[in-house]
Amino acid sequence: MHFTINGQSHDIEVDVRTSLLDLCREHLGLTGSKKGCDHGQCGACTMLVNGRRVNSCLTLAVMHQDDEITTIEGLGQPGNLHPLQDAFVRHDGFQCGYCTPGQICSAVGMMDEVKKGWPSHVTEDLGAAELTVEEISERMSGNLCRCAAYPNIVDAIREVAGLGDRNPNEDVGKEVAA
Amino acid sequence: MKLFDYARADSVATAARDGAVPGARFIAGGTNLLDLMKLQVETPETLIDISRLPLTAIEEREDGGLTIGALVPNSDLAADPRVIERYPVLSRALLAGASGQLRNKASTGGNLLQRTRCYYFYDPATPCNKREPGSGCSAIGGENRILAILGTSDQCIATHPSDMAVAMRALEAVIVTQKPDGDRRRIAIGDFYRLPGATPEIENVLEPGELITHVELPAAPEGRQTYRKVRDRASYAFALVSVAGIVAVEGGRITAAHLAFGGLGPMPWRNEAVEAALVGQEPTDAAFHAAADALLANARGFGSNDFKIPLTRRTLVATLRELTQEG
Repeated sequence: MHFTINGQSHDIEVDVRTSLLDLCREHLGLTGSKKGCDHGQCGACTMLVNGRRVNSCLTLAVMHQDDEITTIEGLGQPGNLHPLQDAFVRHDGFQCGYCTPGQICSAVGMMDEVKKGWPSHVTEDLGAAELTVEEISERMSGNLCRCAAYPNIVDAIREVAGLGDRNPNEDVGKEVAA
Repeated sequence: MKLFDYARADSVATAARDGAVPGARFIAGGTNLLDLMKLQVETPETLIDISRLPLTAIEEREDGGLTIGALVPNSDLAADPRVIERYPVLSRALLAGASGQLRNKASTGGNLLQRTRCYYFYDPATPCNKREPGSGCSAIGGENRILAILGTSDQCIATHPSDMAVAMRALEAVIVTQKPDGDRRRIAIGDFYRLPGATPEIENVLEPGELITHVELPAAPEGRQTYRKVRDRASYAFALVSVAGIVAVEGGRITAAHLAFGGLGPMPWRNEAVEAALVGQEPTDAAFHAAADALLANARGFGSNDFKIPLTRRTLVATLRELTQEG
């Protein structure tokens, strides 16, 4: 099978059952993407496929032979961090760090969706949205952080979006409309 | 995961033909099927990858509606300007479901065919008539908080999990298919799903190899549209109760109502008696409660899901207030 991951070509034979996540982690040494639940519930495995964020645990590698795959390793490297990686470090957007590669890949995909004008569940008129705390919380809900670094993740994303820190009186954990 | 053969389909015709072989399953987004294959709830012998078929367009119809390719991702459908403008109930339902990552992968056709999230269906260590016909239902007398109160049988009380399909039921969508012999058919969404009865493993009217190619939306009905979803957490959770509503009011009276419900039954639920209870009435709480009476006349709780009966009433009344308030 032939794959293009972080701009590099790979020709490799793998079992047809191999998920895109296991291809990267177990066969190509790209262990940045993490396996949390392996059922699409936690988001730790999030990668970009042709620029769109997906759960790499819930898709087969064999189905992605013609796609451009980007993992956290492709976004930035030590000394050459992606702006979101840099912002996560400065804002303390993690404790254990296990969910972080997925959070960052998801945030890259999410910010692109916002640029395209995609609404979310909390976008009042289904129009274009600004990245308020409520919008970020909703759009990032597919990425769990058991250390609960959510407020700092929100700050990191807001900084990269050019919006500055959240209002300290705004509660990140507040209920969005059911 | 059990081993399977993999084949990428190069046309709708070959996909439908190869899909008719016993043990074959289509895979598009795979977000539900692969999850179930990991648990060996699904054990296909062959996966036919349809994800590269040219079924990704959303096109105008002469009647003012839209034809949606079966492989249009949920995220693209929700963000399509024509859907947002003419079918906001559908955009809102899609955006209320799953996560950003899953919506990017999940297809229109696959969403219609999602399997239930009943805890026991997912747990091969327990009896489940849907997973293993004749083995029994663990949910009746078990943990059934998220399960059905309408359309159940003694064999199964599973709910259909989709939000998208609820909006499509309110919009009277038509599901277009192609059969292995090349015949195409158009199936009204109201005729697409089957009640569990004694065969809960059969969930819809599709025949072996029959492939969903498109979903047609007729021109949007008159009226204001909304989708209200009640769930256990604020985002990324299945519905306990949801309502897709389209209601028109003229001269102080309700002139048309289209209502469909999620989280209540084995299919996106619609009951025309609910709509009949509203049309011609003034939009008052008395009329809204009469509609709820019609919806819940045959509702039955199974213990831990009893709360859904009053919750459904309140959710329907709140939805109708929202859709009929002035201004």
